[in-house]
Amino acid sequence: MISSELVTNLAILVLAGFVGFVVISKVPNTLHTPLMSGTNAIHGIVLLGGLLVIGLAGNDWFNDVILVIAIAFGTINVIGGFLVTDRMLELFKTKPTHKDEDDTTKGSSS
Amino acid sequence: MTPVLGSFVQNANFLDVLYIIAFSLFIQGLRGLSGPTTAVRGNRIAAVGMTIAVIATLLNPNEGRWLLILLGVAIGTAVGIPAARQVRMTAMPQMVALFNGVGGGAVFLIAWAEFRRHGGTYGSHTQAAAVHGVNPLTGTAHTAIVGFTVPGVPTYVAVFSVFAAIIGSVSFWGSNIAFAKLQEILPGRPISLGSAQQAVNGLLLVLAVAAGVALVAGVSSQWLFVGMLVAAALLGNAVVLPIGGADMPVVISLLNALTGLSAAATGIALDNTALIVAGMIVGASGTILTRLMASAMNRSIPSIVAGGFGGGGAIAGAEGAGEHAGTVRSTSAQDAAILLAYANRVVIVPGYGMAVAQAQHAVRELTKDLEKRGVDVSYAIHPVAGRMPGHMNVLLAEADVPYDQLKEMDDANPEFARTDVSLVIGANDVTNPAAKNTPSSPIYGMPILEVSDSAQVIVIKRSMNPGFAGIDNELYYEPKTQMLFGDAKGAVSEITAALSEI
Repeated sequence: MISSELVTNLAILVLAGFVGFVVISKVPNTLHTPLMSGTNAIHGIVLLGGLLVIGLAGNDWFNDVILVIAIAFGTINVIGGFLVTDRMLELFKTKPTHKDEDDTTKGSSS
Repeated sequence: MTPVLGSFVQNANFLDVLYIIAFSLFIQGLRGLSGPTTAVRGNRIAAVGMTIAVIATLLNPNEGRWLLILLGVAIGTAVGIPAARQVRMTAMPQMVALFNGVGGGAVFLIAWAEFRRHGGTYGSHTQAAAVHGVNPLTGTAHTAIVGFTVPGVPTYVAVFSVFAAIIGSVSFWGSNIAFAKLQEILPGRPISLGSAQQAVNGLLLVLAVAAGVALVAGVSSQWLFVGMLVAAALLGNAVVLPIGGADMPVVISLLNALTGLSAAATGIALDNTALIVAGMIVGASGTILTRLMASAMNRSIPSIVAGGFGGGGAIAGAEGAGEHAGTVRSTSAQDAAILLAYANRVVIVPGYGMAVAQAQHAVRELTKDLEKRGVDVSYAIHPVAGRMPGHMNVLLAEADVPYDQLKEMDDANPEFARTDVSLVIGANDVTNPAAKNTPSSPIYGMPILEVSDSAQVIVIKRSMNPGFAGIDNELYYEPKTQMLFGDAKGAVSEITAALSEI
């Protein structure tokens, strides 16, 4: 028996796939690394799974351990992913050309 | 929280609305990523969406497990923020691999915890449980131990859970291996079992799927689930270890897509819309990116996953190295400076060698000096320059190279014919004419930057060692090519210094 819940979710799945294809095929080649990093951060949404299941898990200390690790992993994925993407994209911001003289000092520090 | 407000915010419809807002923001954010000026905002919009999704989820009743949730989030924050802040731009590919890996790790751990919560089986079973209640008349709390039959989970939930667990485990281990290879903890060259590799991979896949099928069928065994995770873990290792360093970006992208799909599967198993939508969008985008990267390298995804590219190529390259009739001409920084100073048009071809030497700032200085002399300078960027598409653009943007000086391959190639000097800095395979001329070459058919069309070529390189693909480059033996041996940063600085004396 196929439940209506499954049908609804499958429909959402298929539509989300199409949205993903359409939205992302417009991204220029040069932004692919930040895009990969950004989408990488978005799949950190599995964090939600950890948050939901830990609220359901009964008296099972081992499950608690697994889920705390899962939440930590998800948090790393989300926070790290968005921060790194932000750092990368900040570099693409157009800078006034007259500031070029400051670049020497900035460049030698890295 | 007052009871009225509490029941309102925990209302399922209210949570669903928050989720809808969240994934609308994801889509809007990704749209913002389509242009360099809107990208920063796009990423932040997506981050706001994620915050809303997390808050909405925390509004669900969670039996007061705040301490455990806080612990997990605190650990993740303590690790994630410094890692993201301190990573160098050159190390970005392995950082993405690592962040991708922990996502996969979270997926299989959640699936495992769910399986354990259902009593170690997806089928129906009898369970003893403590039932807590409050006597409505006396108001006293009491607890009873009762045995009752727990219905099995719907088959489709079991199927998607098992799928998520297998893919999550493959992605976790595969990403870790990719990280270790790019970080040079493991050697970048392929590590392979040779001809037995395909059989071993196939066997591991069959084992993992067979365990999954048995679990879906209702077999009650903790160890079977653990065994499935182990088989998938070994599969992740076995698939990525034989892949050479050059193919690693494609692999990371593929694993990124897989993690997205496994998150979507988790969403179906947990009936969570936000997970389904966000996971599937990542699955779709990762698939596109993977195909783009693979086609830029003229590699098919199946042949990359089959592995062994770098290995075979390296042997062929080593044999071929002695057979070249031409000689290599080396030059000095002074001669290179003179050549560049009197050119009208210079195209710089940056590669990963420039990035590892942190030479992008030195290159920017050289460019500015040349522009002061009236030389027209642009950068030709191969789609896979660096280690990921767009990676080189990030590195050059970091050095404040104006966005409009960066030419993509299709725009750059017709320009080489009217270029006086091409300056190749630490790029190798992406300039190799063998990709056009030698059908037997492992990179044959890969689109390249046609630097040999320009009048003169200067190649800055540490040695004659072959590049990532492990094959020799005919370009270095052409009469118009001059080699400037040395570390990219040092060599470029020397040219700049020599330029000031002309």
